Amino acid sequence: MDETQDPKPHPHVNASPVAHQPEPTATGESLSIWFFVGILTLAYGIVLVATGVYEHFGHQPDTVLANLQPTFWWGVFLLLFGLFYTVKFRPGKA
Amino acid sequence: MHVVPALWLASNQLTRLSPVDILILALYFALVVFIGFYVKGSTNTSEEFFLAGREMSAWIAGLSFVSANLGSLELMGWAGAAYEYGMLATHWYWIGAIPAMLFLGIVMMPFYYISKTHSVPGYLHLRFGEGARAVSAISFGLMTILMSGVNMFAMAVVMQTVLGWNINFSMWVGAGTVALYVMLGGLRSAIINEVLQFVLIWAGAAMIPLLGLIEAGGWTNLKHNIATNVGNANYTHLWTTLGHFRDNPMGVHWTGIVFGLGFVVSFGYWTTDFLVVQRVLSANNLRAAKMAPVIGAAFKMAVPLIVIVPGLIALGLHNTDGTPVYHLVSDSVAQATGQHSYDQVLPLMLIRYCGPGLLGLGITALVAGFMSGMAGNVSAFSTVWTYDIYGAFLNKKATDSHYVTMGRWSTVIGMLVSIASAYLLEHASGIMDYVQALFSFFIAPLFGTVVLGMLWKRATKAGGFWGLLAGTIASITMFVWVHNAPSALRYVAMSPDAQPMAENLYRALWSWIICVVVTIVVSLLGKQMPDTALAGLVYGVTPIPDDGAKTLWEKPAFWAVVVIVVFFVLNIVFF
Repeated sequence: MDETQDPKPHPHVNASPVAHQPEPTATGESLSIWFFVGILTLAYGIVLVATGVYEHFGHQPDTVLANLQPTFWWGVFLLLFGLFYTVKFRPGKA
Repeated sequence: MHVVPALWLASNQLTRLSPVDILILALYFALVVFIGFYVKGSTNTSEEFFLAGREMSAWIAGLSFVSANLGSLELMGWAGAAYEYGMLATHWYWIGAIPAMLFLGIVMMPFYYISKTHSVPGYLHLRFGEGARAVSAISFGLMTILMSGVNMFAMAVVMQTVLGWNINFSMWVGAGTVALYVMLGGLRSAIINEVLQFVLIWAGAAMIPLLGLIEAGGWTNLKHNIATNVGNANYTHLWTTLGHFRDNPMGVHWTGIVFGLGFVVSFGYWTTDFLVVQRVLSANNLRAAKMAPVIGAAFKMAVPLIVIVPGLIALGLHNTDGTPVYHLVSDSVAQATGQHSYDQVLPLMLIRYCGPGLLGLGITALVAGFMSGMAGNVSAFSTVWTYDIYGAFLNKKATDSHYVTMGRWSTVIGMLVSIASAYLLEHASGIMDYVQALFSFFIAPLFGTVVLGMLWKRATKAGGFWGLLAGTIASITMFVWVHNAPSALRYVAMSPDAQPMAENLYRALWSWIICVVVTIVVSLLGKQMPDTALAGLVYGVTPIPDDGAKTLWEKPAFWAVVVIVVFFVLNIVFF
């Protein structure tokens, strides 16, 4: 391609200092995308588990199959999922 | 789908959020704004701002790729379609996506990637010249801004109907947040939020099919219940009712599904809509760029679990006396009677199964979906405006930093125009169907132009331009024709029994055929372009570089075969 005939902006290819780093999830900063996923789901897991425990002690919501305590169990799942990603992709981990 | 009109007229909110739900929503907003500020420092060049530095892994690009299409408007609309039409709605997630996504990854991505183009209009410029780029860029820029406004308005109306929130509050908070994080972090910020949104959608919606199937007593019982409620067993099959237009509630024929949806509409959207292709262009190497759509396709196959199944569960629920729990109706009937419409099925099922906490998670997922839809449109608009309109026609010699600044400002201005279009929709919601239809005018012929450009070296610049223009005009003409004279549908869809859903499929098919025929004829009448001018752009004159895969497990083609085998198995199981 003749770049002189191409009026589009010419980017600085590989200008980013991290363009060739092996870490596939890097955002260009020290925090991984998966770390953001981890802390958000971890926080939601904690909130849901706490809510589920509260519901267990006489505050069951008026929803179908509430007796299965879906809030608590889904909270446990999200908490474990979030904990795994938060730890595995924590800042500073090689 | 027509999510908004029925919701617009509903007067009573469906539920209210508890403090714990508001906490979950607030955590999401806090994180996305933080991400915007956090990544701002690494979006200094145009490559970083518009293409996320081309350093995304296959998984991130793949999830972002599929997430860009997983907006709340889609989720609510197709859940409603599942209630209305049954499993036929699944075709839009399987045959209407999977083959095209794999084709993009294995066949087309090498050309997009090695041409180092920044956009689909940019590829058209390299292959067919300024004319084709101008048609594509201007139409795409206009559509993305309008679609962003549609998302904004839809979010505000859904929040008003479900939660009783003020429309102005929802629109300005949503638009302000999206404008802030896209302006600061560009595509990088949008991609991170799309990956978050993908996880949130699953976290917020997965409990509906799980609890719904438990309540129904399993899939077999659900099918039985649906057959009892609707009076036949046709709603839980994918293909058996497609032998004739009148045999299925959608009024379509298998040729429309296979060729119209599975080939033209699907390939047009997934391979040439820059909003989704931009995500894959951010991949950090050729193998990642080829793998990303394959990974996206694998996840796309699972989406019916949280979209189609909730609609089917609502269809199969019945009271102890055997009467259906829900009797949802079309938008027009809902507007007249105040009943719930098809498109409300997802919020209704969310409220049925999810108490405090889970409800907040579900609502956050919907909000994230709407905001992600806005961000996707605005970031794609910003790129096409800066590279293919401003940089191509208005200011060709500016510095790289000037283009980044233009990208940031065009994000803000684009969002303001979106807000204006959202207010326009507020006062004339009937326009929304036309705005959503506009995309279909350009996508099918654009696919014809791009695929001929990539695979047929004899295609000329004039052929590409006139083919694209003729296909687009043909599509608009057919739309206007059927809109003004509904009986014309029998000619477009080639059957007097065709229903409106068939119109889109056959209109796309005809406009693609017209584009391809005109491109071929005009090209054959013109002078062939020399191979040297086509290097890096066209199959046959471009040596495809090795993608670096050494083992079978690293080869994108191997995983594409795995995905297509699963695709066929699913279609056979639910035949």
